[in-house]
Amino acid sequence: MMEPTPAQERIKDEQAFAHGLASRHLRGLVWERFFQAAIAIGIIALLALMFNVVNRIFGVIAVQEAIHPSELSDVPLEELTPDQLSALLVEHLPSGARVLVRDSLLGGADNYNANRTLTMGEFLPGVALPEAVAQLTLTDLQPENTQTLLVAAMDKNTLLEEAYSQVVGRDVVGSWPLTEALFNRAAIEAEVAANYPNATLQWNNWLDGQFLVDSMSNTPANTGIRTAFLGTIWVLVLTLLVAFPLGVGTAIYLEEYATGDNWLERFIETNIRNLAGVPSIIYGLLGLAIFVRALEGITQGRTLISAALTMALLILPVIIINAQEAIRAVPPSIREASYGLGATKWQTIWNQVLPAAMPGILTGTILGMSRAIGETAPLIIIGAATFIVKDPTSAVSKFTVIPIQIYNWAKQPGGQFQDIAAAGIVLLLIVLLLFNATAIILRQRFRRNLSA
Amino acid sequence: MITTNGATALDLRHVKVFYNEKLAVDDVSIPVYKNKITAFIGPSGCGKSTVLRSINRMNDLIPGARVEGQVLYHNKNLYGDNVDPVEVRRRIGMVFQKPNPFPKSIYDNVAYGPRLLGIRDKRTLDEIVERSIKGAYLWDEVKGDLKKSGLALSGGQQQRLCIARTIAVEPDVILMDEPASALDPIATQAIEELMKELVKQYTIVIVTHNMQQAQRVSDYTAFYSIRKAEESGGQERRWGVLGEYAPTDQLFSNPKSEETERYIRGEFG
Ligand SMILES: Nc1ncnc2c1ncn2[C@@H]1O[C@H](COP(=O)(O)OP(=O)(O)OP(=O)(O)O)[C@@H](O)[C@H]1O
Ligand SMILES: [Mg+2]
Repeated sequence: MMEPTPAQERIKDEQAFAHGLASRHLRGLVWERFFQAAIAIGIIALLALMFNVVNRIFGVIAVQEAIHPSELSDVPLEELTPDQLSALLVEHLPSGARVLVRDSLLGGADNYNANRTLTMGEFLPGVALPEAVAQLTLTDLQPENTQTLLVAAMDKNTLLEEAYSQVVGRDVVGSWPLTEALFNRAAIEAEVAANYPNATLQWNNWLDGQFLVDSMSNTPANTGIRTAFLGTIWVLVLTLLVAFPLGVGTAIYLEEYATGDNWLERFIETNIRNLAGVPSIIYGLLGLAIFVRALEGITQGRTLISAALTMALLILPVIIINAQEAIRAVPPSIREASYGLGATKWQTIWNQVLPAAMPGILTGTILGMSRAIGETAPLIIIGAATFIVKDPTSAVSKFTVIPIQIYNWAKQPGGQFQDIAAAGIVLLLIVLLLFNATAIILRQRFRRNLSA
Repeated sequence: MITTNGATALDLRHVKVFYNEKLAVDDVSIPVYKNKITAFIGPSGCGKSTVLRSINRMNDLIPGARVEGQVLYHNKNLYGDNVDPVEVRRRIGMVFQKPNPFPKSIYDNVAYGPRLLGIRDKRTLDEIVERSIKGAYLWDEVKGDLKKSGLALSGGQQQRLCIARTIAVEPDVILMDEPASALDPIATQAIEELMKELVKQYTIVIVTHNMQQAQRVSDYTAFYSIRKAEESGGQERRWGVLGEYAPTDQLFSNPKSEETERYIRGEFG
């Protein structure tokens, strides 16, 4: 037998082992606690955010009315016919509701002043008007003409809304968040009684169906997110249509075709990585210069397609890098098997590499879309409209998106717009979750196909 | 050169393989006889896989790999101009050391090759799939559930699935790189019996580390060995050479070189 060396003796030292084992376990425990604390902090932050948002969306509002509806009609306004509502508007509004006609039907004061001589028929070619009314200009309208015009040009809901906002003068004069409404009701009631003796308190939920289907308005009670919601969906879909094929295509080229031994390819690789870290505002400037200005002939300026192309540029690096990683992670044995059976390069890529890489590619796409959904800065630079009531109908429509609306509401004075901003935030989160859930389901489906 | 009366399926003439301009295998010249099993044996790193992969141009896929010399197939040099490696691999199939079924169903695994060739007709595919799986002696075990993932099979079944997949495109030659080394003795035996069946229709080249296996299944054996040389910087350079090629009985019973004898007696490797 050989004498054990000092190193061997140290290795076999039982006492040192026992001592060391305890401290090894202890070190592990410290790290475990640290990670638990990190998760706890994250969850607390998330709960705080959710609480803050929910607290603002639900609560009580004080509603004040200039004339009580019962003074206008014996039955609730909702039960009146369009004719009666129209008559109500003409009777109670100054100058026989001509201002209402100008602002809601003729495109506002500026538009009207530029075309003062046009008749109603020329202003509203799509509306079936009686001959007598169609020939009149705005200044010629008599009250009975206006009444006919309103019935012909507006549906019942719009008439009802106008009646409430213009005649009844229903106005939200104060709002209080959920916690206050629950625990401080008496103080709120006292405050309302003192400041707005005619107002009534009622429960309110800002994120209701009306919020989703209403376009923008200057009055909190009437404003909605419809235009911005549609804008966000349009931007996301267009962005995806551009960025996904381009990004995956680039990744395929770089991984499968580029040999990596010329300077141009290395230059591209490095720069894609760098681009992922460029602040989004820079992309906004780029989009403004290229898509809004230089390509105005195609994009028609500050439109959805300009925004989507800019967003696509912004998220391309994320998609490319993740797709590259995913393609690189496809086991070489699968490629070899495919080539070994006489597959061409493209058949191997299409039938084996892409399906195997798809879960990873979709993960990158989720990351990219999550980024695109919340980005505001580049779109502000590109010039998304801040106040717009027309739904986007094509890729060259003017538009706005949810985050920009949230920003606009949040910076308005008056607590009610803050509450509406909170409702917008929740909607944004829901859209984000829906998009991601779709991608995750797709990803799981691919994964399941790949495994046993 | 060995003289036989059989026809050759392949002729390797002065094949040299380089990786990144470093010589890996030097000057291999052997015939591969039709409907025979040729075994490649030799110590680890002597270049068996390298030579095997150069036969169906799988080496093209390795950046930096280069082949010199000729691989004649029907008197045509596979490394000549106007030869499409895709066509080469369609006629000279390959089975790998580690079973590598596609992450797809058993059916799709076997139908993959025919589909690559543009066959879409369901009845034709069904027939090919059934015949190939039967040919790989796997049918009884999987016929109930061809929709099952190929990855859900045992290692030995997976390897037979890979063989079924290979014969589905009706190749001429099948190259097998240690096809049984990841398998237990029973699965190994199944593969060996399968090879003896397949060789009636196909020409087979097999790399193996198992002397008994080479003796049991092969008709001809090529023994490769390693040469070493000191570089100027004191570094050692190693490359593989063909040590000996002979009918298997002859090589094992009466090896010509001492090196072969020592290797087959298990003294190094
Ligand atoms: N892709 C590669 N790139 C560079 N060198 C390689 C590559 N593949 C193999 N080699 C080298 O070529 C030589 C032969 O390798 P090869 O894999 O052909 O040996 P082998 O005989 O199959 O060994 P084993 O029995 O271990 O499988 C080795 O020195 C190896 O390092
Ligand atoms: Mg090998």
